[in-house]
Amino acid sequence: MTDNLRAPLAFAFMGILLAIVGFTQSWSVSLSIINLCLISSIMAIGVNLQWGYGGLFNAGVMGFTALGGLTAVLVSYDPVYEAWDKAGIGILISAIILILSITLVMFAYRNISSPQFRNTSIVLIIIAALIGINNFYGPSIDVIESINPAKTGFLGGLGLPIVFSWVIAAFVAGLVAWVIGRITLRLRSDYLAIATLGISEIVIAIVKHEDWLSRGVKNVSGLDRPVPYEIELQQSEWFINLVERINYATLNSVQTISSRQELLNDLIIVSSGVFVKLCYVGLFLSVLLLIFYLSHLALNSPWGRMLRAIRDNEVAASAMGKNIFAQHLQIFIIGSAIIGIAGAMLTTLDGQFTPGSYRPLRFTFIIWLMVIVGGSGNNLGSIFGGFFVWFIWIEAEPLSIGFMNLLASGFEYDNPIRMHLLGSAAHLRLFIMGLLLLLALRFMPRGVIPERIQKK
Amino acid sequence: MDNFELVNALVLISNFVLIPALSYGSQLALATLSLTIIYGVLRFSNFAQADWMSFGTMTTILFTWYLQSLGITGGFLPTALIALPFAIILTALFCLLIDRSVYSFYRKKKSQPIVLMIVSVGVMFILQAIVRFIIGPNDRKFFDGEKYIVHALDFKDYFGLSEGLTIKSTQLITLIVAIIAMVSLFYFLQRTKMGKSMRAYSNNEDLALLSGINPERVVLITWVIASALITTAGVLYGLDKSFKPFTYFNLLLPMFAAAIVGGIGSPIGAVIGGYVIAFSEITLTYAYKKFFIYLLPENLEPSGLMQVLSTDYKFAISFIILVIVLIVRPTGIVKGKII
Repeated sequence: MTDNLRAPLAFAFMGILLAIVGFTQSWSVSLSIINLCLISSIMAIGVNLQWGYGGLFNAGVMGFTALGGLTAVLVSYDPVYEAWDKAGIGILISAIILILSITLVMFAYRNISSPQFRNTSIVLIIIAALIGINNFYGPSIDVIESINPAKTGFLGGLGLPIVFSWVIAAFVAGLVAWVIGRITLRLRSDYLAIATLGISEIVIAIVKHEDWLSRGVKNVSGLDRPVPYEIELQQSEWFINLVERINYATLNSVQTISSRQELLNDLIIVSSGVFVKLCYVGLFLSVLLLIFYLSHLALNSPWGRMLRAIRDNEVAASAMGKNIFAQHLQIFIIGSAIIGIAGAMLTTLDGQFTPGSYRPLRFTFIIWLMVIVGGSGNNLGSIFGGFFVWFIWIEAEPLSIGFMNLLASGFEYDNPIRMHLLGSAAHLRLFIMGLLLLLALRFMPRGVIPERIQKK
Repeated sequence: MDNFELVNALVLISNFVLIPALSYGSQLALATLSLTIIYGVLRFSNFAQADWMSFGTMTTILFTWYLQSLGITGGFLPTALIALPFAIILTALFCLLIDRSVYSFYRKKKSQPIVLMIVSVGVMFILQAIVRFIIGPNDRKFFDGEKYIVHALDFKDYFGLSEGLTIKSTQLITLIVAIIAMVSLFYFLQRTKMGKSMRAYSNNEDLALLSGINPERVVLITWVIASALITTAGVLYGLDKSFKPFTYFNLLLPMFAAAIVGGIGSPIGAVIGGYVIAFSEITLTYAYKKFFIYLLPENLEPSGLMQVLSTDYKFAISFIILVIVLIVRPTGIVKGKII
């Protein structure tokens, strides 16, 4: 099979899989899978930029996703004015002290030459900052969290449309990536992996436990939506007419008026769900295509060629006068920003922010799997990987339950082995994922849609 | 009275900070030693390490149950200690199986370390699935035998102090087992022929091959030793607290942090790193309020908890130390390998 045919065949295969779900389960399920596939694909492009083009192993995808989600909340949620009035000052002062002390520490670290004096002054600054922050921070968060804790209990956000947060999430994730990159990119390659693994855990710890900021594990729900609500659609004239027109034939085949009305109502309810999901598909698809197009342009420019040169041979590239650290930092920031966008989109789709749901397997390693299965170094491959792996991830559950039922069919109904097998079906999903990764690395290390090597 | 206050404060600190940190540090040190040996000899950061630890602990628990069903127990010691050698053998065999079927392919191809690291992510998934499949994702306690060596109430009565000191038997067992394991490991690495050839292989593969060292044997011994260390660490941790696959998975970051802080690839660094991380985790998240109440005059008593960081940020501490070490001394405390 030539490489040119691989991509269309892969996507056709994916389309068939999704259509099968559409016909056998329902189109609503199929569309939900597609929506998450699209978001996963964007994350996979972000990771692919870092790994496939930059050769950087980012094990903190989950952290950047969560940062995106947090940004979505902070941008779109209405501000809680009461909390701001009573305790906003305290939080602001703590933030100022924090920034000031970090700047002072940096200044001391860079500019004081005597090591003893430098170290003591850094320790003193940190202690002073801790005392200062403790004085303002603790009381303020107590006040904030006591204001209507069942509904808000946090500072709220800016009250802007949620789509703005997609852009802002890119900047937030990029900023964090800049900090991490500055520290770790000069060092050996696996330090980056370990440092990003750490930072993602910290981000999760912060969003889980800083209730004044994100409501923590109490979750923020009821985020506003960029698409219409089902209930509004069901009552609007034009939507009812649209459904009527599409299902003209079926409706006419019904005899009595009352049963026709009943059928129409059912159709409207089902179609409103599908319509909302289609709106999301449209939004996400346009973001995906935009990112894909931009990265395609960037990676086929001299800049992209330089990146690949650095990836393939750092020494040679550096001998050609390329600043390897700066380029790595750049691509790391860009990739993380894209992951941040996807994180904000995910929270938008869910309509809620649930810090407890961020698990490294689901948000870091699955994305890696997408990139590797799809083909590292090829964005089209990452998109395919995003679709394929997400599809497997979703469909692995019914499949493993079916498989376990088959295994257990020989036992009697209340046999403990049978109960154990059925109870553990969910863990088979992890096994499938691991196996997929190992098989892909072994037998298809370049992925389903491999990187194109251009020859001149 | 003042003297009593001081003693009370010291007892308080040893009870809640020093002793727990010492036992957690020993567990972490053993786990990190395993990570660092794999890193030194096989040259990759093993992401499957934490789940490997759950696997080893799981086999120990299964053996423990089996022994208990036969009526064999350890008396005042936990039965798990009798089960441990069997579990180590089984875990090592399983590791060798994984090595043959997965890792050896990339080793022969001389793949980059980062590829092996990604492969280890795949192994991590599979180990996680196997552990959850066999024993389930829930919390399990498998401790039996005598629970306390020194009980807080007895201690209070005996010395007439208002603070009690508790020493759990698992803490003492941890310390003894860890010391035995470390001493024998260092003896093995420094004094025996196999240990020397392992270090030679780790130092310079080509030279080691030229001097007639059998690489397959080195790899085999490495897996066996690393399995023994990680299983022991996991069992000690599980005896001390409890066994839960997700908690074990979360130990991955402290392990990595300890390895880098100590100096990656250096066994002695791994031990130091393990204790540094453990002590900082516990000292920085402990609330010193009571300690200062004992020590300071009444008018100076603190009102807050006197906690540097809330316990929610335990992970953050290993990471912050990691970052500081990376900035100030990227080679780690003991100069490790730089690849």
